[in-house]
Amino acid sequence: MSTTLAARDARVDRARVTSRLTGWSGRSIIGLVLVVATLFFIIPLAWLLIATTKTEHELAVRTPFAIGSWDTFTTNVRQLFDFQSGAVVQWIRNSAYYSIAALVITLVISVPAGYALALTEFRFRRILMVTTLVVMLMPNTALVLPVFLEMNKVGLVGQPLSVILPFSFYPFGVYLTYIYFSTSIPRNLLAAARLDGCSEVQVFIRIALPLASPVVALVAFFSFVQNWNNYFLPFVMLPSSDSYPMQVGLSTLLSSTPAFNPSAAGSESMHLPTLALATIVSMLPVLILFLFSQRFLVAGMTAGGVKE
Amino acid sequence: MNKTRKGRRRSIGAVFVAPYAVFMLAFGVMPALYAIYLSVTDVDGGFTPTANFSKVIDDFRFFSAARHVAFFLGIWLAALLVLVVFLAIVVHAIRARWLSASARLFFYLPGALAGASSVMLWLFVLDPVASPAGPLLRAMGMDSFTNVIQPSHLPLIFAIIAFWTGAGGWIIVMYGALNNISTEIMEAARIDGANPVQVAIHIQLPLLRKWIAYMAVLSLAAGTQLFVEPSLLSQASNAVVPNDYSLNQLAYQYAFDLNDFNGSAAISVLLLIVALVLSAVFVTKGGLFETEDV
Repeated sequence: MSTTLAARDARVDRARVTSRLTGWSGRSIIGLVLVVATLFFIIPLAWLLIATTKTEHELAVRTPFAIGSWDTFTTNVRQLFDFQSGAVVQWIRNSAYYSIAALVITLVISVPAGYALALTEFRFRRILMVTTLVVMLMPNTALVLPVFLEMNKVGLVGQPLSVILPFSFYPFGVYLTYIYFSTSIPRNLLAAARLDGCSEVQVFIRIALPLASPVVALVAFFSFVQNWNNYFLPFVMLPSSDSYPMQVGLSTLLSSTPAFNPSAAGSESMHLPTLALATIVSMLPVLILFLFSQRFLVAGMTAGGVKE
Repeated sequence: MNKTRKGRRRSIGAVFVAPYAVFMLAFGVMPALYAIYLSVTDVDGGFTPTANFSKVIDDFRFFSAARHVAFFLGIWLAALLVLVVFLAIVVHAIRARWLSASARLFFYLPGALAGASSVMLWLFVLDPVASPAGPLLRAMGMDSFTNVIQPSHLPLIFAIIAFWTGAGGWIIVMYGALNNISTEIMEAARIDGANPVQVAIHIQLPLLRKWIAYMAVLSLAAGTQLFVEPSLLSQASNAVVPNDYSLNQLAYQYAFDLNDFNGSAAISVLLLIVALVLSAVFVTKGGLFETEDV
């Protein structure tokens, strides 16, 4: 109860400060900046949605934001899902499998690691910390080829594990939990739990983990998005179309679109609006996830700020 | 705290990090060492410390690819550093909660399309025939897709795609960091007569330093990897955009077209060194390593 009041007070305080920081001129500049930025970020998305309701001809001759018809939309849907007898469904299923499996492993290994780095001492702590940062900063793609050779050696190339395992190694997640545990968990609370007789494992599971749920959600979200959107690793690891994730599938669709690849004209050629639809489909899970968890995510990202 | 207790905490830490450490070795350290090993050996495993490096650097495609990536990075990082921080401060200054929340949502939404999806979307936007920005493109004298994707436009185009996709996430992070600044400090600055611009420059920016450096480091790392954008654009443009436009594409060509893993690894190692050296500057300036207990 008192926390809610404190939070509200803080909000009121902030509102008062900001209101005095912005006069009418400030407000009109803010308004203009917001409108321009919003248009830049939103127009391409809105247009893409509209494009899926048009035929290829309509796309070229009608004004960009004229809406097509429901019939055309369903025709486009049918063309997309009929492509190579339902390849798209398989690609989506693959994407979901790779992303979720890797996400689970990421959480299981990263959260305890972040906790240990932030709040415990162990041998090689410093070197692990530095390596985490270094690997985090390294271009992933620099590792794609060596990881490919490694996987090749153990005979995993072409197997789901060849993407799931490398996806699961997510130093950014460890760093994020490390930052959270080292800045946002009151040490006295952990010390108090120890005094009350909690073992170290209990301190982690019963005190630290529940407090860390915002950052766990954040890591889960970032990891899922990154896995879902990863293109290069599956592109190299998985040679057969059956095991493509959706992102790699998109490039197959692109090369079957005569508008961009004139040599693709054939029985299974893609229309531009269908390609637009494929793009929407490829991003839909992430988009839905974001829309539903937005409040939670923003709370997590700004969690450091609500210390009261 | 007594000694046994401390000892137990030490061992529990090791237990907690062990699985992660295994993954670190298997998918971080070992592949990196392997890349270094490959870059200083020949096909038969013979030690040739410089041969692979001089081979790729002498390749006429290397220098132009490096220049492409550098131009792209320059534009993209400048845009991120200036616009993300500016937008975050602007959004943070909005009083109405719903407006501020919707702005952040709108900015973030494109993040859902990272990777191939966002490139696909921008292929449409860059094609004046269908594009929502068609009139704008034509007004600038570009009336065909090929016109739009001239080589000199590409760094800017890739920077716009990357900014469109990634800026929103960083705006949210910066916004969160701005919320961390205590109202007392803001209030004090206000009482001392600081205007919003002065508050931004003297209070908000210095306190965001760590996060700005963090953004720069991660973006730099991501930017040197430029691959999917030029690779899809190359596919979509009938090779108007070459398939060795970026360094990573060149590394890929070496590995999968020329079957030269050693040359490919040499490029990867070079990329790695450049990214690490530049990152180190940001890390030391931004205080990324600071923790409360050290």
